[in-house]
Amino acid sequence: MKLAATDAAGRTMPPEPVLHAEALSKAYGPITVLSDVTLDIRAGEVHAIIGENGAGKSTLMKLLSGHAEPTGGTMAMAGQPVAFADAVQAEDAGIVLVHQEILLAPDLTVAQNLFLGRELSRFFAVDDKRMNRRTAEVLARVGSTARPWTVVGELPLAQRQLVQIARALLDDRKVIILDEPTAMLANDEVDALLDIVRNLRAQGVAVLYISHRLEEVEALADRVTVLRDGKMIGTWPAETLDQRQMAELMVGRELSMLYPPKRDPTTVEPVLVVEDLSVDHGKITGSFSVRPGEVLGIGGMIGAGRTELIEGLMGLRPSQAGAIRLGGSAVTKHDVTALMAAGLVYLTEDRKGKGLLLNEGLGPNLILQAMDMINPRLRLDRKKENAVVKAAVQEYDIRVRTLSIEAGQLSGGNQQKLLLAKVMQADPSVVIIDEPTRGIDIGNKSQIYRFIDDLVRTGKACVVISSELPELVGLSDRVLVMRGGRFVAELTGNDITEQNVVYAAASSGKDTEGRKRA
Amino acid sequence: MSSAEIATRPESEGFKIRWGDLAPFIALGVIILLGTMINSNFMSANNMLNVITRSAFIAIIGVGTTFVIATGGLDLSIGSMLAFVVGIMVMAMNALAPSFGPWAIPIGAVVALVVGSLCGLMNGLIITVGRIEPFIVTLGTMGIFRALITYMTDGGSLSIDRSLRNAYRPVYFGDVLGVPYPVIITLFIALLGAFILYRTKYGRRVTAVGSNADVARFSGVHVGRVRTMAFVIQGFCVAVAAICYVPRLGAATPTTGQLWELQVITAVVIGGTLLRGGKAHIWGTVAGALILEVIANVMVLSDMVSEYLVAAVQGAIIIIAMLAHRFTSSR
Repeated sequence: MKLAATDAAGRTMPPEPVLHAEALSKAYGPITVLSDVTLDIRAGEVHAIIGENGAGKSTLMKLLSGHAEPTGGTMAMAGQPVAFADAVQAEDAGIVLVHQEILLAPDLTVAQNLFLGRELSRFFAVDDKRMNRRTAEVLARVGSTARPWTVVGELPLAQRQLVQIARALLDDRKVIILDEPTAMLANDEVDALLDIVRNLRAQGVAVLYISHRLEEVEALADRVTVLRDGKMIGTWPAETLDQRQMAELMVGRELSMLYPPKRDPTTVEPVLVVEDLSVDHGKITGSFSVRPGEVLGIGGMIGAGRTELIEGLMGLRPSQAGAIRLGGSAVTKHDVTALMAAGLVYLTEDRKGKGLLLNEGLGPNLILQAMDMINPRLRLDRKKENAVVKAAVQEYDIRVRTLSIEAGQLSGGNQQKLLLAKVMQADPSVVIIDEPTRGIDIGNKSQIYRFIDDLVRTGKACVVISSELPELVGLSDRVLVMRGGRFVAELTGNDITEQNVVYAAASSGKDTEGRKRA
Repeated sequence: MSSAEIATRPESEGFKIRWGDLAPFIALGVIILLGTMINSNFMSANNMLNVITRSAFIAIIGVGTTFVIATGGLDLSIGSMLAFVVGIMVMAMNALAPSFGPWAIPIGAVVALVVGSLCGLMNGLIITVGRIEPFIVTLGTMGIFRALITYMTDGGSLSIDRSLRNAYRPVYFGDVLGVPYPVIITLFIALLGAFILYRTKYGRRVTAVGSNADVARFSGVHVGRVRTMAFVIQGFCVAVAAICYVPRLGAATPTTGQLWELQVITAVVIGGTLLRGGKAHIWGTVAGALILEVIANVMVLSDMVSEYLVAAVQGAIIIIAMLAHRFTSSR
């Protein structure tokens, strides 16, 4: 322990926690998203919080930083009980959250951003001189090379992240919460940021570090708290855990019977082959193929580039492909329409923003994509459209009170089934489903799993992108893991386990290797 | 899969009353009722036909504007474009008159339709290919068209050749069984517009693009093409209005169609088409154009309010219509 106090008997004692949370819970209506989290954060330590997507990390941070109010439990600072009605109160008490997304006004200067809403003034005019001076001091503290008068929009992403941290440090802070601070940074920028965090620690600041990059946690943290499914698993001194153990603690769960039995791996030729796909000007690249009768899972942490890769394949983002072969013939033009005609459809993860017209009825939604295949004429065919609606409602079990309902009025599960029915109108041979069951209940989930199973058993192929590990592991015959815009691992057969996926998705691998040799 | 819970009784779409969609027609009825109470001449066949005929221009252009707004676009250039098309058409007819005689009129009309559609195509391509806000692009072309007509008329007026006047006059002043030509043309354009918007795949894509362009893109709809086509339809409708306009005054001037864009957009919006796109009502637009013209007429016939305030009342109406919409839609 770096800043250990000594008690009367001369034993080292952990220092008094700056922030102590006791049995913290949060529920939204009947749904509990976080229960019974007890932890303390000490001055001069980096305390890492790790967990899968949806484990409750961000909820915990919101509670600690006043962005949300707990529905149970207490907090205390330096032994005194505290409660925050909003983020401003938490900041006044010395706790600040640095968001994962960059929340800065791009057209203002660094200094203007830092002092936004609390500008210093002198005789009714803003005192730029004083603000620029203070800004320069704080920027130096985080090791930023930006100038106070630089316009934020002109700074590279890493520098903006530092400006955001600098803003958090403008007033004296006791606790800084960093939410995935490295999610958008390149490797060398990450190293620089880690140094800054170490620097803050040396200055006696308590840093709460949320990340799913396990090698960062291993390199940086003094203590590690693991969350899983909204519950606290425990807190360990960082030196007692390696990356593999962390991954196991994050997952530690058994497969349920929700999933259909796995299919026999086939030896037939792949139906879809994607070679050297490059998306967003090379930021994300990958090659993959999928066979008839196979569910290919694509795993990885949020932000690994999975959705972007597929959107690039569909021509929805700037992309270039070395070659795409579908059903044995080459596809030269890759856009949604051409690929649909060749037998490939994509079901987006964002069903409300990109999948369904929420103000329109079932018919307009169902036929929007495959309109030209259902009906080659210019004129709409209402009769056929009504028949399509009736058939889809039956076949996909879309539960509706009346057929004239708007898509936005359906429950999440029914919306997902409607979206599935929509892309299936083109009668594809390969279906790519992005987050097939996000935000829907267990009953609809198992229906969708069974549907995917039926699909591949009739000789079609399915690619599933999922951030839910049990789902990915339970459904897939083969799993590709993505990390930092590249495929880093391929898992087959009994190697498809949650631990292996998390390990590949979150660790760099080489760090642990080096550690073992050392 | 259980089908027991599915209501298989489909509710017929056509017979469901949506009060929000009927609002412009109800408003029109109320204003006509008020007009009758204020002045007995208001309901005379003569006055009514006059009002309806005069609303034809706004209604015809408004059909095109309904398409543009339904895709989430906006066209400020329509008034200037009308003047420009009128100018080109008059010049074409005058040039053709010596050699083709009365045939110069239909040929000139075709020229107008082509030029109008091309003007719309230009707006659409600059917006979709150049990826610039429709507001800015059409603000620019509004200035360009207005300057061109001023240049073409040399600041004065550009009159149609004397030899064509009598042959062309009926297009505005003539009638079939008592129904003036402009009314027939408006009906035809509105029917055509309603057919395209409600009965064709293109119309379906228009509302899809307007209600959520991302959903449309992810569904393989060529969003740019749909938007561009809406501007072409707008240009075509402007040309149709121009064809009806020329026989009325017989000339193009630098002030032809000035501020019409505001009247047209007002008519479309009070007709129930959402300015952010997605919901489009062709017949609502026609009702909106009638409302504007009827109000102006009632004000002229009554002596209570100065007719100089017509624009103020029309301006107030669009705001009131939007407020009413806000309160009815939030339930």
